[in-house]
Amino acid sequence: MSLARRAWAIRRHALLMGEVQGQGYIGQALGVADVLAVSYFHAMRYRANDPEWEGRDRFYLSIGHYAIALYAALIEAGILPEDEIATYGMDDSRLPMSGMAAYTPGMEITGGSLGHGLGIAVGAALGLKRKANPAFVYNLLSDGELGEGSTWEAVMSATQWKLDNLIAIVDFNNQQADGPSRAALAQGAEAPKWEAFGWFAQEVDGNDLAALVTAFDAAKSHPNPAPRVIICNTKMCQGISFLETREQTHFIRVEADEWSKALAEHEGKKPR
Amino acid sequence: MTIPHHSRRKSKYEPRTAAHGTDAVRTSAMIASLDAEGRETIAAPFGHALVDLAKTRTDIVGLSADLSKYTDLHIFAQAYPDRFYQMGMAEGLLMSAAAGLAREGFTPFATTYAVFAARRAYDFIAMAIAEENLPVKIVCALPGLTTGYGPSHQATEDMAIMRAMPNMVVIDPCDAVEVAQATHAIAAYNGPAYMRLLRGQVANVLGAYNYTFELGRAKLLREGGDVLIISSGIMTMRALDAAKVLEKDGIGVAVLHSPTIKPLDQETILAEARQNGRLVVVAENHSVTGGLGDAVAKTLMTHDVFVSLRQIGLPDEFLDAGALPTLHDQYGITVERIADQLRRWLDQ
Repeated sequence: MSLARRAWAIRRHALLMGEVQGQGYIGQALGVADVLAVSYFHAMRYRANDPEWEGRDRFYLSIGHYAIALYAALIEAGILPEDEIATYGMDDSRLPMSGMAAYTPGMEITGGSLGHGLGIAVGAALGLKRKANPAFVYNLLSDGELGEGSTWEAVMSATQWKLDNLIAIVDFNNQQADGPSRAALAQGAEAPKWEAFGWFAQEVDGNDLAALVTAFDAAKSHPNPAPRVIICNTKMCQGISFLETREQTHFIRVEADEWSKALAEHEGKKPR
Repeated sequence: MTIPHHSRRKSKYEPRTAAHGTDAVRTSAMIASLDAEGRETIAAPFGHALVDLAKTRTDIVGLSADLSKYTDLHIFAQAYPDRFYQMGMAEGLLMSAAAGLAREGFTPFATTYAVFAARRAYDFIAMAIAEENLPVKIVCALPGLTTGYGPSHQATEDMAIMRAMPNMVVIDPCDAVEVAQATHAIAAYNGPAYMRLLRGQVANVLGAYNYTFELGRAKLLREGGDVLIISSGIMTMRALDAAKVLEKDGIGVAVLHSPTIKPLDQETILAEARQNGRLVVVAENHSVTGGLGDAVAKTLMTHDVFVSLRQIGLPDEFLDAGALPTLHDQYGITVERIADQLRRWLDQ
């Protein structure tokens, strides 16, 4: 199955979950779907029937509110059953609105308090090296998290420990809770900052599957003993035209009757 | 109700120069070990205990945020350099990385000062470690009033903070014997733990009491018919000494040592407090807000044990800087001040 088809399916799962709860973080899910498609269907090693397989690549989601996006990817990857979509955000569901490790197979860490994921990833990458386990640790973080000092503590440490098994993925959609990230702390060109700290940094169009594949391949195969970052410039609500043009906010407003409209438009875009 | 007037702290001292003389100069140095008060001491009990443990426990790793030498973790680092991680002056990272190592099957001992763990790194401990019940052992020096450096280094509220965190075990050891035993005990416990650390040359107090630390257990070190002191940490050492002073006056003071602040040994505390006629006093090297005193009070009240209860501890204030003997006297936690206080309460 093509990556385009995988990304399409991830968006569809996310839209269906969004409809269950009227979930405004659908904007982020649609935006990051291509990144997740390349992560789960090109870059990462895992076993769908054994989410805690010791040889798996670890995927740490810092941004708890992106859970809707990761659940969609985990469903598409066969780690979660598709029929749990209807339980999203419900009492006793394994799919709570904010991602937590104790609830969901494949959800490696408890995110939500931002600026934690990269530091935990540093520890896990150190642990994998201790065990001579060749797996990678991926950490998906947001542009808003670049404002957290703890993120930069981890950035420095990853370089100090030469964590070439750590791949940070920054979803740069320039949208945090109060407005554009660029109007807050995410100022200036992003990649040079990471390079200055000793990382192998790439910046790509995060909605261009071919560019993402190239970037993930380069991140995995880069020869230098340095941590790697892929800064993915994504578009909130990517793929649903009437949402793309809606005022871009952290938590987009979707009326109850618009979910079916979005799903209908999406159905028409199904790749072969 | 009276609302206290709040003003900025400002110096209450006149300028002091060498002309005042140097005969009474006492150090507020942070590096100095707590005054052992003439006792035998044991060097770096935590560091040596961890080295012993690590011989068989290959899962144990050590991390520090630029304070390994000041938390006795350098002993471990020297013995096992490849199992020691210097995380730099970054306490959030220290805790997050410890969580990551724990996720990969290791048992990390993370050290810093108690103020930095409890205050600065709280969210990282809460979400990365405690919420996931990971076996990270947080071992922190300078508990309560064990430095004269002032509020930046005096962890007077760390037990209150850590007690409130779900899943966290909180330990306040008394001496070198207990630091070593508790290090083994928290390593054997499969969950997060916070231990207050006495470092450097640490007094041997409990060696004379045939004592063995058990996680979650309070133990009676001394019998006495007039007062029951329930204490933790270095205040047990002070309580034992105050009991000896009062013994000469014919006052019987029992000392129940409760080093595990959470989970509290309610059963033993209730059994001792139910013995009629004794004044119950909680003594702790911690603010009177939120520590062992509050924990004991709640335990007694919610089990319908109504006794006269008093607290010896640090005030709910940012404390002064100065030499430790001066400060311990000022805040009423020396042996003499404790004995005097007990006499006054008994006379009332």
